[in-house]
Amino acid sequence: MSRFGISWQAGLALVLCAMAAVALPLAADAAFSAGTTVLIFALIVLCALASMTVASTAFAAAILFVGAHGAAWLLVSGIAGHEGSARASFFLLVAAAWLLAWRCVTELVTIRPKNRTADTMLRLIVPTIFGVWLLLLWEALVRGFGIPFVLLPPPSTIAVRIANSLPVLAADVNQTIFKAVLVGYVLGCGTGFAAAIAADRFIFLRRGLLPVGNMAAALPIIGVAPIMVMWFGFDWQSKAAVVVIMTFFPMLVNTVVGLTASGHMERDLMRTYASGYWQTLFKLRLPAAMPFIFNALKINSTLALIGAIVAEFFGTPVVGMGFRISTEVGRMNIDMVWAEIAVAAVAGSVFYGAVALVERAVTFWHPSIRGG
Amino acid sequence: MQPASQAVVEAKKLGLTFHTGDGPVQALSDVDLTINKGEFVSFIGPSGCGKTTFLRVIADLEKPTSGSILINGMSAEQARQARAYGYVFQAAALYPWRTIEANVALPLEIMGIAREEQKARIKRTLDLVNLSGFEKKYPWQLSGGMQQRASIARALAFDADLLLMDEPFGALDEIVRDHLNEQLLELWKQTNKTICFVTHSIPEAVYLSTRIVVMSPRPGRVTDVIESTLPRDRPLDIRETPEFLAIAARVRDGLRAGHSYED
Repeated sequence: MSRFGISWQAGLALVLCAMAAVALPLAADAAFSAGTTVLIFALIVLCALASMTVASTAFAAAILFVGAHGAAWLLVSGIAGHEGSARASFFLLVAAAWLLAWRCVTELVTIRPKNRTADTMLRLIVPTIFGVWLLLLWEALVRGFGIPFVLLPPPSTIAVRIANSLPVLAADVNQTIFKAVLVGYVLGCGTGFAAAIAADRFIFLRRGLLPVGNMAAALPIIGVAPIMVMWFGFDWQSKAAVVVIMTFFPMLVNTVVGLTASGHMERDLMRTYASGYWQTLFKLRLPAAMPFIFNALKINSTLALIGAIVAEFFGTPVVGMGFRISTEVGRMNIDMVWAEIAVAAVAGSVFYGAVALVERAVTFWHPSIRGG
Repeated sequence: MQPASQAVVEAKKLGLTFHTGDGPVQALSDVDLTINKGEFVSFIGPSGCGKTTFLRVIADLEKPTSGSILINGMSAEQARQARAYGYVFQAAALYPWRTIEANVALPLEIMGIAREEQKARIKRTLDLVNLSGFEKKYPWQLSGGMQQRASIARALAFDADLLLMDEPFGALDEIVRDHLNEQLLELWKQTNKTICFVTHSIPEAVYLSTRIVVMSPRPGRVTDVIESTLPRDRPLDIRETPEFLAIAARVRDGLRAGHSYED
């Protein structure tokens, strides 16, 4: 197949290169040597041209990948230490490299690999390129414009801070996630589930408990947290209590709704077997409610993290992610704040991902998962 | 008690009125009917004639508002508690999180039957409906006809003598329906069960039944009961014989007579 043709991303990248060449030098001071500058231009121009002529999609993607990331790496590492000195041509070249990466992803998503490993690799590599470019652009803009680190530190500084503070971060994660979040999550989801079953079994609870539960959900966490600290002390127990309050209601409501999800015919069927309440619950209504219950578990996995971190702002021993964020902000150590945010984001994603994996295994039969 | 050895279902002056937002709707009125052991009785009539409601009253899924009904000499509620019947719905209503064999095992689990016995019964009933080899499949991996056969297996698994079927093949195409009708007759002969079968297809009713109950709507009532003169052995091409056509004509007349043209 002939795939010779101009892609607009590569074409525009060449135009940007030409504009950058007119507006040289890259930086106001000697951030880039003549050799580095030529190398950056050569990488972008050659890769853009080559990508439009080679025959195979995979090969074109590989060339674009090398060109885009090589040029970006040279630009970002060159500007480090010379913050704020970048001139228009620097940003034009960053944009050109970005366009090449864009083209690279466009090529990658058209590949239909034959074996499973290649398919998995491909599905991982596309979002990875996206994420990397988010960080690269962040780095290039912050360093290029010389934005004060207090306002927004570049990702490389945050990464260095994470690497240098591993023991502190580990202690904070242990305090906040493995104690407050997990204990609160299990208790909150557990009691919410039990309350939903009770509300289903006894009509007076359904009438009475649900409106009250609704009010509990509307409680402002900022107001509840200091009270929980007074009740349960400074350590993780008070944070777990806040998490319980936050996760209880989504679980209660979703389970109550889920228990009504089974069809009339299925319930009539159980009646013809003279099935008892608990048998019908375990064999029909709970399995049918699982998609709703997992919805609550997923919502709660992120709510629990937010609750525990915010609750630590209101009194805590000298450890914990929320404590660290509030004190390091006061000390202007913004990179440490960002380091905690990054760790919290990763932990939250892992938590959510783990729940979603269990969901796939349990509700494999649901049309949204089996696909059709 | 009655000579209960024969009568499986005895309805006397049975009436049922639903109270809806638009006022009362008389779904059944003055239904008198006795169904004997080993019969295959079809209920036929236009929609709204109460044929499904009558089946649901037998199954104790609806309570009659007047008259009486006895199942095996017991009240409908007692009969349900005693698991006197298997019910096949309009749709298969298989649980998607259970495999075919686990779906058939569902009533057996609820009735507390031992594991070994469960296995034997699952094998026997799946053989009976020609679904051997599909034990480990999930319902959504099977065609509509196979799903409905699995639901019949589920209704047969606990060996109730009475089988209530509510338009079980209504959603299937004609070719599959012919095939399942043949299999159902075969199954009825093998197991000697009493079957109550709701349908709105005249050929289906005539082909399957020993007795055809013709019903008409507003209020739902029995207008004719037709004894079939066809032999028990019925190949599919019996449907072209004059005897068959004569019964079908009588059913059609019954339906027409019961249908009021005023509305």
